[in-house]
Amino acid sequence: MNAVVWRRRAGSVARFFLLLFLVTVAVFLLLDLIPGSPVDAILPPEATPEQRAAAAEQYGLNDPMWQRYLDWLGGILQGDFGRSFQTGLSVSDQILERAPVSIELAVLAMIVALAVSIPVGVWSAYRPGSVVDRVSTFMISATLATPAFVLGILLVYVFAVKLGWLPVLGWVPFSEDPAEHIKRLILPVLTLAAGECVLFTRLLKGDMMATLQQDHVLSARARGLPTRSILTRHSLRQSSFSLVTVSGVVIGRLIGGTVLVEAIFSLPGMGTMVITAIQSRDYIVVQAVVLLSAIVYLSMNTLVDLSYPLLDPRVRKVRTS
Amino acid sequence: MTELVQQRPGPESVTEIEAPLEVFDEHVRPVRRRRDFGALFGVVWIALVALAALLAGVLPIPDPNEVTNSFSAMPSADHLLGTDAIGRDVLSRIIYGARVSMAVAIGATSLSLLIGVTIGMVAGYFRGAADATSSLFVNFMLAFPPLIFLIAVVTALQPGLLTLVVALALVGIPNFARVARANTIAFADREFVTAAKALGARPLRILTRELLVNVMLPILSLALVVMATLVVAEGSLSFLGVGVPPPTPSWGGMLAAGRESLSEEPQLVLVPALFFFLTVFSFNRLGDWARGRVGRESSI
Repeated sequence: MNAVVWRRRAGSVARFFLLLFLVTVAVFLLLDLIPGSPVDAILPPEATPEQRAAAAEQYGLNDPMWQRYLDWLGGILQGDFGRSFQTGLSVSDQILERAPVSIELAVLAMIVALAVSIPVGVWSAYRPGSVVDRVSTFMISATLATPAFVLGILLVYVFAVKLGWLPVLGWVPFSEDPAEHIKRLILPVLTLAAGECVLFTRLLKGDMMATLQQDHVLSARARGLPTRSILTRHSLRQSSFSLVTVSGVVIGRLIGGTVLVEAIFSLPGMGTMVITAIQSRDYIVVQAVVLLSAIVYLSMNTLVDLSYPLLDPRVRKVRTS
Repeated sequence: MTELVQQRPGPESVTEIEAPLEVFDEHVRPVRRRRDFGALFGVVWIALVALAALLAGVLPIPDPNEVTNSFSAMPSADHLLGTDAIGRDVLSRIIYGARVSMAVAIGATSLSLLIGVTIGMVAGYFRGAADATSSLFVNFMLAFPPLIFLIAVVTALQPGLLTLVVALALVGIPNFARVARANTIAFADREFVTAAKALGARPLRILTRELLVNVMLPILSLALVVMATLVVAEGSLSFLGVGVPPPTPSWGGMLAAGRESLSEEPQLVLVPALFFFLTVFSFNRLGDWARGRVGRESSI
């Protein structure tokens, strides 16, 4: 690890904190931008001016903006996102209750996407023009043109309505009925995984095709190493780095994708929470979810940035502008 | 007939003789591009959809919000694509819904392109403080997962077509800014720019007259990809019920409404799904075609 790497890392970390600050300010202002005072959301429309003033005082709405920002930020640092204006429930509790559903979906989708796209990508690169390659190329261009919400509904139509193999919608907690839980997860996970599968396969195939042209592969083949070990140890290892470079994009898409998939399949995750909150004008919940997802996204991207030199020694020497 | 075939060499053998010649000639003659039927289909389909959206008012179709007595009817002479659950003509709603998709594809992408390219070119040409500021802005935009960003903006502003176009335009800016910046940097050191500087051209003239032409080529091929992304994003928002407010028809909204009766009337879902598929497919194929023409390396 030389000085260049360390300087670049310091830059990434500094940028991370600067962006984090800007994001919190923007998300805080989000609530101010919304037309109408939060008091309208808390109180019934027939409330007297005195009641409105009392409520404004109670929620600290009369304080100057910077003070409200600091109070809000202080609360968040202690894990307190405030209370819902509508239900009075703690937003943090709601998030803790719903986050596992979204996280489970995203993680499973990621595993499925990798499990499908690595073998397919490797084989398509090794044998371009083969059946696997042609079928996967066709599937890729078809999936690319099918937005997640269209794909999800089509899957429901085919597998749940027409064939009746799987239950249609809804959620069963793992603790209640593990088999049913998995059955109900299949279609949502497939829907979510499809988009990432396309991205991974295309990327891996492209990178592997370039890797397989390199001299060390030729040398491995000349030494008579088995194909399997050439494809995995000598090529995939090197090419899998390209998957890391897109992980930032992938995480962003997964976060957006879970919102859609939860809406399609009526799953009780953070996505449905935010949509319900928008519809019931419970903006403090929207604010919390937007902030959390931005923080997760930003942190993951910074981590990926920081890990490049660890994963790929070639980056240590290259200066990028 | 059979005699003829036996006596004279058929068309197959003619091509057999010609084939090696063609391979040989390839180095001399310009490479003939294979006709890209996907892209051709894309142009035709998008032209059709855009035209229908533009002419929605004068086409002989019922009002998209007119309620009739035939609920969830199958396609018939009266209603070419049937009617929805409350008796509105599906074809008419598809055509009016195309207005939203096209407004987003063309309006939001153009707005995004305009702002993004300006930011990117200024950053790439002047570097220094301009570059730092613009990259901070771009990174800020990229700090939110796209769909979450859209949800936040749509929540903060009044819902409506204009809000949607502005929000989607914001999401597209980083793409254009990045590509414009990279290409500006790549061209800023070239001889023709140095020559223009030596002749006393001002930065504005260099940016618009010398650099813009070169930057625009990859940008236009990127624009097609962004159009596909934004049409999908608009559909996602409308599907989630935070896009264009009802009763304005939009394909995403139609999908969401049709989902309620998926087992009884699948056509209410399948029709907008097909339109989504064909439109996004068209933009993608056009984007691939344009990228192939421009050259992969320049469009990053």
